[in-house]
Amino acid sequence: MKTNKATPYIFLAPYLIMFAIFIVIPIIVAIALSLTNFDTIQTPEWAGFLNYINLFTSDSIFMQNVLPNTITYALIVGPGGYVLAFLLAWAIAQLTRIPRTILALILYSPSLTAGTAMQVLWRIIFSGDRTGYINAYLIEWGLINQPITFLSSADYLLPIMIVVGLWSSMGIGFLSMLAGVMNGNDELYEAGAIDGIKNRAQELIYITVPTMKPQMLFGAVMAVVNTFNNGMIGVQLSGSNPTPGYAGQLIVNHIDDYGFIRYEMGYAAAVSVALLLIIMLFSKVANKLFGEKE
Amino acid sequence: MAGYKGNRIAPKHFDRGQIKIYIIMLPLVLFMLLPIVFIICHAFKPMTELFAFPPSFIVKNPTLDNFSSLMKSARSAGIPISKYVFNSLIVTLAVVGIGTLISVMSAYALSKLKFGLRGFIFEVNQSALMFVPAAVMIPRYLIIEGLGLTNTYLAHIFPLLAMPVSLFLIKQFIDGLPDSLIEAAVVDGATQWTVFTRIIIPLIKPALATGIIMAFQQVWGYLDSSNLYVNTDSMKTLAFYMTTLANANNAVAGQGVAAAASLIMFLPNLILFIALQKDVMNTMAHSGIK
Repeated sequence: MKTNKATPYIFLAPYLIMFAIFIVIPIIVAIALSLTNFDTIQTPEWAGFLNYINLFTSDSIFMQNVLPNTITYALIVGPGGYVLAFLLAWAIAQLTRIPRTILALILYSPSLTAGTAMQVLWRIIFSGDRTGYINAYLIEWGLINQPITFLSSADYLLPIMIVVGLWSSMGIGFLSMLAGVMNGNDELYEAGAIDGIKNRAQELIYITVPTMKPQMLFGAVMAVVNTFNNGMIGVQLSGSNPTPGYAGQLIVNHIDDYGFIRYEMGYAAAVSVALLLIIMLFSKVANKLFGEKE
Repeated sequence: MAGYKGNRIAPKHFDRGQIKIYIIMLPLVLFMLLPIVFIICHAFKPMTELFAFPPSFIVKNPTLDNFSSLMKSARSAGIPISKYVFNSLIVTLAVVGIGTLISVMSAYALSKLKFGLRGFIFEVNQSALMFVPAAVMIPRYLIIEGLGLTNTYLAHIFPLLAMPVSLFLIKQFIDGLPDSLIEAAVVDGATQWTVFTRIIIPLIKPALATGIIMAFQQVWGYLDSSNLYVNTDSMKTLAFYMTTLANANNAVAGQGVAAAASLIMFLPNLILFIALQKDVMNTMAHSGIK
């Protein structure tokens, strides 16, 4: 096919310009800023690796609260939500069309609430006085005498964040995996049955998962992204940054705290780079598990 | 060994084997569904039920009081709610329209046109699937300030226009169209732009719908721009205003208003998805990363 050499680039130009300005350059700027001291007023001052050294040696909140919280939250909501999404997609794929569509809608709709004012919902349910729904029911059933201040308590905040995170984790990856299961090749299943596959579990492991690896990978990447994009959840639930006792402090809150509350942009940029590295690490693992390249 | 009874995926008829799936699913479905039911009920509760102890889950005498006090609170704050609605409409239309258009254009180029950097650009975009905007909020803030976009509509619009996931999904969908369609048109003397608008666009409606829905989800609840890049209150979006309502009112009385605000933010997303869900599932069939 003969095409003018410039044509593809004309089609791509608007996207590439936006992509460069708001995705590529910000990442480069983050890396560059992380090597400086910058308070947004004076010009950035070269600091070498000082920010990183401080981050890992003298920022006790980062090492004792933020990093462990982030890892706990990300490991449960990321892989946990992902496995749940896959199993649910697989389960509802075995139902007839109308119940399947309705269930898919019910499971998917919480993810539509991510980041919106919907956090208020959980604040009402977990409200720390007798009018909070969980408290009211627990008192009524005689399980507790005093209301528990769920959202301002260092013991309860992180588990609640994880529950809410899991609740809203059936997003686009879930839909992708549902489509993946639905498009399974009938002949493979038949061949599998002849080769002695007896039950659904064997079918799942030997046929379904291997045939939908590409969707599994897409779902995994989306799970990682959703987990970290939801990083403000602790602040939204507790209503304060920093969260009570730093119990719900995730890495995104730490960036916000240093960047826009203390205006230590260089340091906040170093935290951002640490976050980008953690996300890359998670995606590498997903690629190892489901990638087909090697 | 029992004979092969047919693939169990996507059955046409109900059989007893499906009952155990329903039973296992029930608690999970309730967990997913109840919060949504709750917020809908809460938004329509009159004052007496909001204050009731023990609190009731289901609304008994639904009213629109919460919605009308939401409107009133907007007027008393000096900026009418219609201004926020107007801002959100402009921003949403721009991001959905322009964002989807530039994704489709690039997707077409990456899928059907041959050029040197094609593989590289696609690889870069594929790595950007895992891009998390929260990680670069500081550089973005500096860039927006540097470009002089602070306090303009463009500050709401620009950061959302490049959507790697949307480009990826649309590109995978276009890959499924046969090249012969395009070749035939080119032989007949059509330009690439004609091929794009007359042949490709009409054939990729499902992918287009998916692009639109994803852009809408991004922009409708987008808060970063109102929080960080736009300081003038009258330039902020509905999403921002609804969040302030939800956060400011901690008292029980404000809960109903907050619930109403949440519902207003949530419903358009849900309705759009229900309307387009067939197209979305159709696109998702091509969504795998190979």
